[in-house]
Amino acid sequence: MNVKLARILLPLLLGAVVAAAEPPRISPPDDLFKAGTLSPVMAAPEITLAGSDGKPFSIARFRGKVVLLAFGFSNCGEVCPITLATLAAARRKLGADAADVQVAYVTVDPERDTAAQMKKYLASFDATFVGGVGTIAQIQAAEKSYGITVSRKVNPDGSYSLGHSSSIYLIDRAGGLRAVMPYGHPVDDFVHDIKILLRG
Amino acid sequence: MIRRSRLLWLLPVLALLGTLGWAGFTPIRVESRERVFDIPQGTYARRRAGDLVEILPDTIRLTLGLEDVLKIVNHDDVPQTFGPALMMPGQSFTLPFERAASYQFICTAHASGQLTIDVEPEPDTPWARIHWRAREWWEKRKK
Repeated sequence: MNVKLARILLPLLLGAVVAAAEPPRISPPDDLFKAGTLSPVMAAPEITLAGSDGKPFSIARFRGKVVLLAFGFSNCGEVCPITLATLAAARRKLGADAADVQVAYVTVDPERDTAAQMKKYLASFDATFVGGVGTIAQIQAAEKSYGITVSRKVNPDGSYSLGHSSSIYLIDRAGGLRAVMPYGHPVDDFVHDIKILLRG
Repeated sequence: MIRRSRLLWLLPVLALLGTLGWAGFTPIRVESRERVFDIPQGTYARRRAGDLVEILPDTIRLTLGLEDVLKIVNHDDVPQTFGPALMMPGQSFTLPFERAASYQFICTAHASGQLTIDVEPEPDTPWARIHWRAREWWEKRKK
């Protein structure tokens, strides 16, 4: 190689090597949630319904526990079974810590979901899950306070199916709405975020 | 010895090679992994008045490992829905992404009510880094 050409190329190569050796990027902090987080943290909107366990259903009732709040219905064939199975698996993975975690499931189908039906449906995933049922007006108020959308499709035979928001709301021990996990996240993401909330 | 005429074309070629080498092999650094968007005060009132001016882009592009956290700040006087979250006035919603995909979200700050977020894989090859840098440079130039 020509000596003068080498004199030009060498500093260029050296510069590239030095630049490549620099730290690559900013690392995310360890306590970064997998879910989307709300800031500043505000109190989770209160919901007053009847519980599938025969007791009143409210966010305040579960104060002191981390609450995973979701909306769905017992006839749901697609989204709800996956969400509930994921939450049940997350509780199993948490071991003893699961005692401080409460799954609360509010129906979006007040016409068909009774307390007894919700209890039976939820128990097929985890017997500790508590469902919230109520009148159409009560359920609509709960949906509005969390920004839940529900669409209704009437089938040719007169029956209907529902489409609904499918995120899971993460509420801390003090009742603050801390984060919202979009549908589809794996079990480990829930475990990760619940552990952050359990630490306080 | 390099003649003056050869040097005249050699220097731009070397400069180009140097630039491509830097763009392709130097890791990309960003100031923050968050891309922040604001919903300005009065957005809801403007919508009600029939003003369809877009506050946020229809599509937001994020890149895993670089800018993979979306933050929406609600400066409006009323709650705004972005994706799964209902943001109260003054509240922000920060949503990290870990999978490359195209996501569709409800967004009340949009006239269409929809927002698309395209999350791209991390540019981990020289060509991908060159492409990413070139596009960023071009988009900044357009602003």
